[in-house]
Amino acid sequence: MTAFSTLLYKELLRFWKVAFQTVLAPVITAMLYLLIFSHVLEERVQVYPGISYTTFLVPGLIMMSMLQNAFANSSSSLIQSKITGNIVFVLVAPLSYLEFFSAYMLASVIRGLVVGIGVGLVTVWFTELPLLHPVWLIFFTALSTGILAALGIVAGMWAEKFDQLAAFQNFLIMPLTFLSGVFYSIHSLPDFWQAASHWNPVFYMIDGFRWGFFGLSDIPPATSLLVVAVCFVAISGFTLLLLKRGYKLRH
Amino acid sequence: MSAAIRVQGLVKQFRQVRALNDIDLEIKQGEFFGLLGPNGAGKTTLISILAGLTHATHGKAEIMGFDVARDYRRSRRALGMVPQELVYDPFFTARETLRLQSGYFGIRKNDDWIDHILDHLGLTEHADKNMRTLSGGMKRRVLVAQALVHKPPVIVLDEPTAGVDVDLRQTLWEFIRSLNREGHTVVLTTHYLEEAETLCERIAMLKQGRVVALDSTRNLLSRRHEHQACLTLDGMPPAELGLKTGAGGTWVYVFQEYAQLEPMLAAIRKAGLTVQEMQLAEPDLEDVFTEIIRNS
Ligand SMILES: Nc1ncnc2c1ncn2[C@@H]1O[C@H](COP(=O)(O)OP(=O)(O)OP(=O)(O)O)[C@@H](O)[C@H]1O
Ligand SMILES: [Mg+2]
Repeated sequence: MTAFSTLLYKELLRFWKVAFQTVLAPVITAMLYLLIFSHVLEERVQVYPGISYTTFLVPGLIMMSMLQNAFANSSSSLIQSKITGNIVFVLVAPLSYLEFFSAYMLASVIRGLVVGIGVGLVTVWFTELPLLHPVWLIFFTALSTGILAALGIVAGMWAEKFDQLAAFQNFLIMPLTFLSGVFYSIHSLPDFWQAASHWNPVFYMIDGFRWGFFGLSDIPPATSLLVVAVCFVAISGFTLLLLKRGYKLRH
Repeated sequence: MSAAIRVQGLVKQFRQVRALNDIDLEIKQGEFFGLLGPNGAGKTTLISILAGLTHATHGKAEIMGFDVARDYRRSRRALGMVPQELVYDPFFTARETLRLQSGYFGIRKNDDWIDHILDHLGLTEHADKNMRTLSGGMKRRVLVAQALVHKPPVIVLDEPTAGVDVDLRQTLWEFIRSLNREGHTVVLTTHYLEEAETLCERIAMLKQGRVVALDSTRNLLSRRHEHQACLTLDGMPPAELGLKTGAGGTWVYVFQEYAQLEPMLAAIRKAGLTVQEMQLAEPDLEDVFTEIIRNS
């Protein structure tokens, strides 16, 4: 247990020591999105009756920030350790791959959560958010950030250079998060893109998360939760398999 | 009693390169062992397999009787490894680094031992500086300290003295020697052969992934029987004495047995010359190493 908690502590310290970039910066980014989009679209778009566009936007923005930061945490930590070589300190220790996985994942989930709470606090100035199903919010948050944290571990293991990681981020994570209905309801999309969105797991994360606040969603929340949970189990299993084999970590 | 390190039929294939080619090696507990070989011989690869950083292609390796693959938790607890590369985590100070490393090995309160290591490696005054700000030699010391946090019975040092000043070499070896006296097994690679000669009881020489020599240091040294006397004379010695010219106007006499020395000196006296200065040179590990590596 000490080995796991030490690795978790180290991972938390790693981002907390540079909280300016790892927490404050994403909160400010989210605030800018909110300022601009709500200013431009507030009067023009109403997705759900009785809910202003700004209010509609906030849950999606919180979730998107959490996801991006959960991914960024595990992936950047791993690639930095690999490139600087200090990953050996962990690799020579008697840690199991399960402990390794859990520590990196939990630290990333916590980073996502801290950013999410930060964004949530800032948005209080812009809008008042109802909070109908807090327990569901916890489930959606934990599973969704967990998925991105695991993806971050995979990306960090796979990438050998920073630009490979950037490619992973730009060509997979960014499109998935942006094309998931953060800024719109998918019902406003053409049929093809609506259908395509149903193949995007992030869509279910956002939709379910929003339901936790308003009780309104495009998809029944239980369905969304099921999709997210299945994704979590699948990606975690895959990541554990790679870790067990020492994929690109132990040559 | 199990061997400190036992390696059987170890093979490591990296794509085209066969870094280790059927290595068998047994290092007893308490030994001070040297692993020598030219660049690319496979020393680091062998050490990486012992530490679990690299998977062997074939064969097996054990630390204190624990298989490095199957029983990795116990084998890793038994091993402290100083990597060849100068690696560090720029987020932390030296002391934080050592505390974290203790934690990875499941040790919660380790400050007394950490202070002890810091002290013996001359790091006390640098303990609370960020790793990034330490000089190369200081970083190397922290790496050594990191390998020792869990008091491993087997310590493997991959070129620990590369880039380290004379002062630290002395303190480092003194400390490692004291650990060895207390019963720790020490395995060391170095390209400073005089270091290996004075420290190691037994030596293995690797070349292209094979063990080409494995013997006690004394036996290895006695493989070469040549001694050399380097003479400064007050004139030209007669050619029939067979002296070769050496550096700085000296004359070099190569001989196998000390019994040959006295007749030579007598011959010099007989030729009307006097010996103004004489130095004897023994064959050292470097000569032996060069010969073995060249001939294998
Ligand atoms: N990760 C790797 N991928 C491919 N080849 C490798 C890898 N690591 C080592 N090698 C090759 O294996 C061989 C042995 O390398 P190794 O680092 O073990 O040598 P060494 O004896 O430690 O040399 P040195 O004295 O230079 O440190 C070399 O030919 C090297 O190029
Ligand atoms: Mg090496």
